[in-house]
Amino acid sequence: MIPFEYQRATDADSAVAALAARPRAVFLGGGTNLVDHLKLGLLRPDLLIDVSRLPFDTIDALPGGGVRIGAMVRNSDLATHALIRRRYPMLAQAVLAGASGQLRNLATTGGNLLQRTRCRYFLDVTTPCNKREPGAGCSAIDGHNRDAAVLGASEQCVATHPSDMAVALAALDAVIQVHGPDGTRAIPLTELYRLPGNEPARDTMLRHGELITAVELPDLPIAARSTYRKVRDRASYAFALVSVAAAVDIADDVIRDTRIALGGLAHQPWRATRAEELLRGAPATQDVFRAAADAELAPARPLAHNAFKVPMAANTLVAVLRDLTTRDS
Amino acid sequence: MHAEITLRVDGQTRVLTVDTRTTLLDALRERLGVMSPKKGCDHGQCGTCTVLLNGRRVITCLSLAVAQDGADIITAEGLGDGEALHPVAQAFLDHDALQCGYCTPGQICSAVGMLAEAAEGWPSHVTTDVATGTIELDGEEIRERMSGNLCRCGAYVNIVAAIRQAAAQSDR
Repeated sequence: MIPFEYQRATDADSAVAALAARPRAVFLGGGTNLVDHLKLGLLRPDLLIDVSRLPFDTIDALPGGGVRIGAMVRNSDLATHALIRRRYPMLAQAVLAGASGQLRNLATTGGNLLQRTRCRYFLDVTTPCNKREPGAGCSAIDGHNRDAAVLGASEQCVATHPSDMAVALAALDAVIQVHGPDGTRAIPLTELYRLPGNEPARDTMLRHGELITAVELPDLPIAARSTYRKVRDRASYAFALVSVAAAVDIADDVIRDTRIALGGLAHQPWRATRAEELLRGAPATQDVFRAAADAELAPARPLAHNAFKVPMAANTLVAVLRDLTTRDS
Repeated sequence: MHAEITLRVDGQTRVLTVDTRTTLLDALRERLGVMSPKKGCDHGQCGTCTVLLNGRRVITCLSLAVAQDGADIITAEGLGDGEALHPVAQAFLDHDALQCGYCTPGQICSAVGMLAEAAEGWPSHVTTDVATGTIELDGEEIRERMSGNLCRCGAYVNIVAAIRQAAAQSDR
């Protein structure tokens, strides 16, 4: 690990200004992903600006019915908050499905959003990786690609985004509040993450110096009937092979509205807009669920070792829709 | 690059100067001689470095010491009152919940933190209804909540039994 300076931020303005002035500076939140990257040699910053004690650490009801989650709220506090558990259960479930109790007590909301892929080649500095070193090549495309993306990947990168929380936020129409050198801006979560394209080193649309200060959830009554289902190699403490976040509003066996996002399949949490369109106004039957799932996954382009993800994702989505539409409440 | 920090460790105030690259785990073990948090994977995957940080269980290998300036830390050796063992440590002895013992201090700290979380009503991944869930610490809940602590000897069956005993004691 090369030496670096450490500064503790006292307010957002000075933190953003200090970072913007130094091309190799990075923000430090809970550290659970960043410190690992320092150890692995993936990241060589010359300055860490610790934003974890900035006062963005509360969850507040908004006047219009939504909820604002401060970026420094720890994952545990997010998952166990009464407002989140009652009004957006899929989000509480998604956070609880990720990492371990000890990690969730450290990890922040903003840091969870900005965690990086667990692609084994990205994490191994002895192998070529376009995300780590642009132009070096992708080792995963013809290598061990069981965990790789099946949707939206490029010739340069087949990495997946690892966050469970972000999948629920994508389904919930969350908006990210950002503080930057030129002021503040709001980014819908579904526009925060990029597909890899020709620039796989860039995970998100954020610019150097921009700090996430909050995540805002809209008033979304449909989310009270929602769930997050994660499929993984172990019962606990493993990243998703595939996951589904879904909310359904049903009346007289007809789907009035729905929100769906898929995890483990792409470089970003995958908002399932095709499936949503087919489901809205349709009868809540197994055939309809299957057709919607198949339509969403029709563009999938699996590699040598991850073709199983396509039927696994479709089956999981069908199962989740069946469960949500046959519940009593 | 160095910084002076103050940590309260097992009830004692310790002032030390650390390289900014030092993890909390290395500060505890290498600088302060507090050896009960163990270094297993050093990448946040095994839980053997778990301590209680400001009352909550955390791993210490992925946290920089400099970022924890002012923290109150309790390690496994600080859990007892000096005379009697902490009830969770006693339960591990009663149930023979270890073989080599390397993961045990982390398991015990994690269990103490986990029992406090459950007492606060925190749901887990296996809680059926996160919205209203009342928490009953059965075997499934304990296994899920302790999944961040690995035991290569495979003492899990007795670890779960020990924690069930400790949970029943704390209910009384």
